[in-house]
Amino acid sequence: MAENVLRLEDITMQFGGVVAVDNFSMEVNKGEIVALIGPNGAGKTTAFNCITGVYEPTNGRVTLHGEVIVENHPQGKMKDLYKGENNGKYTNVVSHTPDKITYREIARTFQNIRLFKALTVFDNVLIAKHMRAKHNVFSSTFRFSAKEERRMRDEALSLLEEQNLLHLKDSIASSLPYGLQRRLEIARALATEPSIILLDEPAAGMNPQETFELTSFIRQIREEYKLTVFMIEHHMDLVMKISDRIYVLDFGKMISHGTPTEVQNDQKVIDAYLGVVEDAED
Amino acid sequence: MENKKTQNITTVVGIVFLLLLVIVLEQIISPTSTMAMLLTVTKKSAIYAVVAVSMNLLNGFTGLFSLGQAGFMLMGAYTYAIFTIPRAERDAVYYYYDQAMELSFPEVFGNALGSVGFLLGVLLAIILGGLVAAAVAYVIGFPVLRLKSDYLAIATLGFAEIIRALFQWTKLGPITNGANPLKNYVRLNSFKIEMGDTTIGLSTFTTLLFATICIGIMVMLINSSYGRAFKAIREDEVAAEAMGINLYKHKQIAFCISCFFAGVGGAMLAMFANTVQANNFKSNMTFEILLIVVLGGIGSVSGSCIGAVLFVFAAEWWLRGLDSGKWLFINAPGVLRNGFRLVVFSVGIMIVILFFRRGIMGDKELPYYAKRIRDRFIINKPKAGEKENG
Repeated sequence: MAENVLRLEDITMQFGGVVAVDNFSMEVNKGEIVALIGPNGAGKTTAFNCITGVYEPTNGRVTLHGEVIVENHPQGKMKDLYKGENNGKYTNVVSHTPDKITYREIARTFQNIRLFKALTVFDNVLIAKHMRAKHNVFSSTFRFSAKEERRMRDEALSLLEEQNLLHLKDSIASSLPYGLQRRLEIARALATEPSIILLDEPAAGMNPQETFELTSFIRQIREEYKLTVFMIEHHMDLVMKISDRIYVLDFGKMISHGTPTEVQNDQKVIDAYLGVVEDAED
Repeated sequence: MENKKTQNITTVVGIVFLLLLVIVLEQIISPTSTMAMLLTVTKKSAIYAVVAVSMNLLNGFTGLFSLGQAGFMLMGAYTYAIFTIPRAERDAVYYYYDQAMELSFPEVFGNALGSVGFLLGVLLAIILGGLVAAAVAYVIGFPVLRLKSDYLAIATLGFAEIIRALFQWTKLGPITNGANPLKNYVRLNSFKIEMGDTTIGLSTFTTLLFATICIGIMVMLINSSYGRAFKAIREDEVAAEAMGINLYKHKQIAFCISCFFAGVGGAMLAMFANTVQANNFKSNMTFEILLIVVLGGIGSVSGSCIGAVLFVFAAEWWLRGLDSGKWLFINAPGVLRNGFRLVVFSVGIMIVILFFRRGIMGDKELPYYAKRIRDRFIINKPKAGEKENG
């Protein structure tokens, strides 16, 4: 049995009357590349946001390395409004701000790139190193922790070198071409020293050549940094090529999961993507 | 790396040179000459520069739009004044109240350690002023820092007004002297060395030195790892949080440090002025500082300093004549009457804003422009390289 890194149990996210993610359970094992796919508006990014602490789910539990990082159950107004299942299964409330969750070795990228645009490439990576440095405001301001600062800089530089971004280190992040911005965002996420990385549509807006490169790039970072990868992606070529397992969401519900071949041949998935002919008689 | 080192050395040499120049000027210029204004204005602009940089730390570097600066300056000024009024003078100051405080740092330390102790006492009172402002900032940070952009500005502006009203409250009279001014505390004029007949005045030098230290500390903060984290918050809060930066903690740190230096600036302003009165710290003062920050460039420390110098020099000195009938070579008492200065001043500001959209310095610092000018006019590196290769 492979080691469980990330596990979602009955995650339900309800915004007022809209159930964006409905009773979604899944798990990601160590070293796997797992993809989450689904039509637009299926609740994929919402699921990501529940894991990373941007949203508090209405019901359910998220476990990372066997430790509960998010748990919630319908409270207050939601008690009456709640439309999901498994009501009453969870009784604790565990919630963390996104920075605390990042500290527990989950890193993420964003669907629409969110770099620190006006800062240099180097600063972008250095900022991600800030969290794990041993310093406080005073030691940092008065350079008592200069050693730590030097370590941060060296690590950031070697990371940039590994990602082939070193020659661009003094360029402003927003001046990079799109593909490189994506790559910088991943490099920045790697700088937080994660054990699992969540990629939100890494191939969005890329041309076929860049997408092709991305495939090997994701495999390569998994090997080099001993990562587990969990990603949302629309690009089926990419997903089918590199995923070990796939989960399919439609209208917040998981409709299928399994290996790429299993999912590809699942009638429910085909229906979700292509639509169902409801009046077969016509 | 080398480049940065030479840059730092150049900056330090420049500042030392400026400080030495000020010492010399202070001895040459007699207090009765017209040039004496230069010293006064230099002092005030140094103080305003400290407060402007502290505001820039919040508005320009952390992206928190706060308008509470005057309130925090007020706290610094009052704390400083209360703890430096000599015992003998207290009865004259607290005329309407039974004073509650009888502690004067410069006096206590001065009696024990002589003139060094006196300096120490003054320094302690200034720092205490900053600490009081920072402590209050910490407490109001809990509710206020949950707000964003305009709402934060409104909340802090309102808070500054509340502080002003609170310090004028008669119930607090025994400490703050109510609406009456505090006076007779240790002022900038006290900084001088007396040797027989000659006195070496050091008030401008002291102000400038102190302002340099304050701004220097803030620059070091901005260039540190925490400064980078502040910039990350300014750029994108969601991404900063996803990179492990605790938004609330870092905002709180930035807010407290900014208010600390606003308090220190307020204490220095008290030393500069004859009296401290809550009424002088109206929101007008915050807008003056905001004007300096915007004029100099949001996100540029040297911009704030240049803005402070330009603003104070123009408002207090260069344009003074516009109010009194005679300016440069123009002699027109009919037009140049009270208030005309403000008209010209506003037009001047509008011109600056129109032609320098992002302030005089944008978000760049002085060395950036120095390098650009050098590259354009002096060094022609590529040509030299070609010759070597050929």
